[in-house]
Amino acid sequence: MSNSFLIILGIITPLFAALFSYVCRYNNNLRDSFGIIGGLVTFLVSLKIFHGIQNNVIFQITFFTLFDGVDFTFKVNALGSIFSLVASSLWILASIYTIGYMRGAGEKNQTRFVIFYSIAIHAALAIAWSGNLLVLFIFYEILTFSTFPLVGHKQNAESQSAGRLYLSILVGTSLIFFLPAIFWIWLETGTLDFQDGGILINQFPAEYLSLLIAMLVFGIGKAAIMPIHRWLPAAMVAPTPVSALLHAVAVVKAGVFSFLVVIVYIVGPEFLLQTKSSDWLVWLACFTIMASSIIAITKDDLKARLAYSTISQLSYIILGAALASSLALKGASFHIITHALGKITLFFCAGAIYVTAHIKKVSELKGMGFKLPLIFFAYTLGALSIIGVPPFIGSWSKFYLIMGSIEREFIVVAIILGISSLLNIYYLLQPIVIGFTQTSRREAKLIKAPLTVWPPVITGLSCLIFFFYANYFLNNVSGVIAI
Amino acid sequence: MFNIFLDDAAALVVVLPLLISAIIAFIPSKIWPWIISLVTLVLHLVLSLHLLKEISISGLIIYEFGNWEPPWGISFKIDGVNIGLQLLFSIFVLISTFYSRKIFLSEIDSRDSGKAYSLWLLAIGSLNGIILTNDIFNLFVFLEISALASISLIALGAGQNRKALLAAFNYLIIGAIGATFYVIGVGFAYAMTGTLNMNDLVIQLAQYSDGQLAIFAGMSFMLVGLMVKAAIFPVHIWLPPAYSYAPSAVSTLLAALATKTILYFFVRLLYEVFIIYPSYLSLFLDFVLYPLSLLAIFIGTLIAIYQDDIKKLLAFSSIAQIGYITLAFSLKDHSGITSGFIHIFNHAFIKGGLFMAVGYFAILLKDRVTLASLKGFGYKYPITSFALLICGLSLIGLPLTNGFISKLYLFQALYTNQMYFSIALVAVSSALAVAYFWKIVEQMWFSEIKFKSEKEDAYIYLPIWIITVSIIVFGIYSSPIIEFSNLSADYLISGYQN
Repeated sequence: MSNSFLIILGIITPLFAALFSYVCRYNNNLRDSFGIIGGLVTFLVSLKIFHGIQNNVIFQITFFTLFDGVDFTFKVNALGSIFSLVASSLWILASIYTIGYMRGAGEKNQTRFVIFYSIAIHAALAIAWSGNLLVLFIFYEILTFSTFPLVGHKQNAESQSAGRLYLSILVGTSLIFFLPAIFWIWLETGTLDFQDGGILINQFPAEYLSLLIAMLVFGIGKAAIMPIHRWLPAAMVAPTPVSALLHAVAVVKAGVFSFLVVIVYIVGPEFLLQTKSSDWLVWLACFTIMASSIIAITKDDLKARLAYSTISQLSYIILGAALASSLALKGASFHIITHALGKITLFFCAGAIYVTAHIKKVSELKGMGFKLPLIFFAYTLGALSIIGVPPFIGSWSKFYLIMGSIEREFIVVAIILGISSLLNIYYLLQPIVIGFTQTSRREAKLIKAPLTVWPPVITGLSCLIFFFYANYFLNNVSGVIAI
Repeated sequence: MFNIFLDDAAALVVVLPLLISAIIAFIPSKIWPWIISLVTLVLHLVLSLHLLKEISISGLIIYEFGNWEPPWGISFKIDGVNIGLQLLFSIFVLISTFYSRKIFLSEIDSRDSGKAYSLWLLAIGSLNGIILTNDIFNLFVFLEISALASISLIALGAGQNRKALLAAFNYLIIGAIGATFYVIGVGFAYAMTGTLNMNDLVIQLAQYSDGQLAIFAGMSFMLVGLMVKAAIFPVHIWLPPAYSYAPSAVSTLLAALATKTILYFFVRLLYEVFIIYPSYLSLFLDFVLYPLSLLAIFIGTLIAIYQDDIKKLLAFSSIAQIGYITLAFSLKDHSGITSGFIHIFNHAFIKGGLFMAVGYFAILLKDRVTLASLKGFGYKYPITSFALLICGLSLIGLPLTNGFISKLYLFQALYTNQMYFSIALVAVSSALAVAYFWKIVEQMWFSEIKFKSEKEDAYIYLPIWIITVSIIVFGIYSSPIIEFSNLSADYLISGYQN
């Protein structure tokens, strides 16, 4: 198969999944199966591309020219190959989970849900493989618009206002900061292509680089750095499959991925290290990590707690990008994988608990550990991975991030990362402690929904297994970021 | 025989609609006035294409009426500046005329069909005159004809809503004041120079190159008069009621073309004639037009957010969009004028498409189109709604639509002029545009009421989709519009440098 065909196949498959789901909207089983089939196809494509990138194969396809120096083009880079692999593989599990959850929770408008879910994956893959910043921006917006119906899925007043907040923050910041930043880069350099080592060096006035970085980090609102994080907790009104795949993997990772790509392929780590234009961002990221961890402790709603945990974890990646040393970038890129695996596990569990026992709050989990052992087992695996305990995959990225901050001689940052892990332990393990130690007087009726139980177990176990195969991913990462 | 016809193409594009207009007023039929108008406008398009061919060979056509040589006789001038606009005009009036039939049938008394199309062609002919004329007094004549025709057309909306009469009256009074200002200015210029021909005016004005108070007064009168007519903030107040209470087809025509033609003449006057007083020109551009444009962008957008009536919302958004155009024109360089023209083209498509879609909703509802009344329309009328969505995304300026190209070139022009504050303001206001547009989308697709889809009228959605497709095509393949705009700027700026 030719390389450009692979890209088209990967990007178009989710759209076909959406189309077929619509065509077969009257047959629930058939309709929902297209998500799994689409996931398998895109996963195989992503895997092939991932291996191709390891062997320095170039995957590129250009459609037409948009304006001077900017084509509508897809070109897979190493970071993109990682992101697409994560998104497509988890899509398979999430599709299975979606069936269990949506039917278990008796949600309405399931067809619309499945369709926009697939379109969102399409946009995420296109972001991953985009060849320049403008194409990335186009699909960034499509991702926002396609997830809006998912956030407002329940169509009550609460979800409508959440949807509005979601859209106004994400579209607003992207139009006010991100797009002008893209124009600025284009006006200075005449191109927007992703190139190894960046395109800005010797082209962009170094004294304004800090401003550009600020426009980018605040413009890419999906990266959820404070103070542009409010949309993420608001988006938790969506059904859990959305929170799991989109607001722990596809959407938020698209945000940090975009920022990371800009740093690596547009600004260039070398240029950044010379000018130290992103050092202020290191501190903002640290602040976000600490503040959102503390907020997470105060949240009793499990999904809200996980949302704030996500904000904190996303800032790890921004922190790595801002440090811009090779170890930190390695950690940041790897954190895309590790956090995705860990957080989707936790969200899957939160949703499974809701479907089986109708519990949303941490304080109501008393005694549930014994009744839902598999779910709590998976949750524990995911939580340990995010905390960064060896032998879980999450420990690798944290390790590289700490090494990276020491490399840049930001000792305080290394200490903050340590403290943050302690906070993680508290707020992520507390539900388990409550679940196993306290007993409930209430007799809860349990509904069986096996399709919501097995996906988290699989992702949880992979957190453990992939610890030993981390090099498999790290090869791709370090290939690019070697400075 | 046909060649004789083509030889006078420059005059015929104006005269033909005016002539036919006089004839069809007396046709007491529902459909024939429409068919005759349509045939006329197809001919009009042929003539415009012929003019394009001529221009690509010779670069300049001066048409002298009655063979009276300028500066004595009236002349039309067609060159690189207006040929692109002429073509856009021709194409757009054809599409909107095609669209207008069903709309007129349901919004006005069918016995008035002949009269309506008579006025319609009158407005088209006179607006086209504004594009072509090379004579400042002749422009006044066309301004008045087009204003009277538009006012009568707006008043036809009274069958739907009596407020149309008030809107028409407002337009009449304010438009007349604007026209009076303009003609006073023309009087001053004529008194000083003894000429009305624009080319000759430049030569005659050169003798007062050190400046004369009377000249400046005259110029100021003319500019203010045109600003009223072009609805430049803060003298725009006639526009929102006029656009929103007019019959839907009329709003489409006016919103897409009426102010654009006047803006074109405005910029031609500035850069072709008034350029011989550079200090006056930059005073006007820097301290009047530039700040007013920024205010227009910001205030127009803000008011649009708080509108409940969709047509009013679109009208206020037009005020902001006119602000973008004048902002670009106030930049005094090639990139600015280019981006202004680009937005004239693109905005004509965008606003035309939006008004067409909303106009269709208006006749379906048989009532004012408000936010609440649009509930569930995305499911009820999916074809038209989807077109509306694309036009709206283009209004916001998202990539792959022509609105993005406009924004790109405007940013570029502002950037080369180092106007960073304006860049920030334009960025913020385009984000605010999301706010007013998304309110519509939310009502149409995400309200709790659901409908089965209903049949839509192909006569109406076909022209809407022609516009919508061109929005996407020109967003991807933007070079025709950019080249025409570049050409316009080349011609105008060459005067600037001399």
